[in-house]
Amino acid sequence: MTYILLAITAGIAAGYLCRRQTIVKYTGSLLSVVIMLLLFLLGISVGSNNQVINNFTAIGLDAFILTAGGTLGSLFGAKWAYKKFFTTK
Amino acid sequence: MKQSFLYLLLFFAGVLLALWGLIPETLLNSDIATWVLYGLLFLVGIQIGSGRNMFAVLKRFGWKILMIPLATTAGTFGGVALMSMIIPERSLTDCLSVGAGFAYYSLSSILITEFRGTELGTVALLANIMREFSVLILAPWMVKYFGKLAPITAGGATTMDTTLPVITKYSGSDYVVIALFHGIVIDFSVPLWVSFFSSL
Repeated sequence: MTYILLAITAGIAAGYLCRRQTIVKYTGSLLSVVIMLLLFLLGISVGSNNQVINNFTAIGLDAFILTAGGTLGSLFGAKWAYKKFFTTK
Repeated sequence: MKQSFLYLLLFFAGVLLALWGLIPETLLNSDIATWVLYGLLFLVGIQIGSGRNMFAVLKRFGWKILMIPLATTAGTFGGVALMSMIIPERSLTDCLSVGAGFAYYSLSSILITEFRGTELGTVALLANIMREFSVLILAPWMVKYFGKLAPITAGGATTMDTTLPVITKYSGSDYVVIALFHGIVIDFSVPLWVSFFSSL
């Protein structure tokens, strides 16, 4: 947790200081490359983990249930925010 | 969209290569991923620090615009917490970590793998991909039944990039700035919430 916060805050500070430099424009592309590398590594750890491979259907079902809950919850949030803040004109 | 497919392709390439036993042992047991992860978070930070100014948007729309990411966060956590009751084998903090991905599947799945292992990381990957897809496919239905902010809150962290086109189409171009602002705020909150819930 500490390292994570440290990495992000250091990044924010560096980004803020270099915001006028042209290098920061390439952050997005570099980020995609790093994400691809990490997802590839995640794929490797999934493929070499028998517990995950054998339970893939159960894992998928859990994922679906959590998505349904999170998305529906946020939809009710949207309805509330719209009613409360965007229709009083 | 194209990028999402590339991400998925690389993930499944990794799965297949490992299944066929084509990956050298050393790569499996190393902690490269941890260090690359810190690099990734540093880059995310740079993007936030150098990015479009959130305060300019705040000035234009006033503070009520903050209510939308708040609604997204509260609604998601509420819904996920309810669902955690019907998945007894996963703890509440497991479920909240997955929910806190807000459709940012790449970052959240990588972080969760680091904290809670590959299995929950895979749940996070699938769950957050499904969330992004649900917006891409169901946006018109969401607008019809839950109002024009619906695809924005459902889109979570993706409302500044992948789901922006469908939001523009079904909520209208008035909502583009709101969607951008919302995406930036949620994007920023993902690593914080995920590492918070995972460390509990």
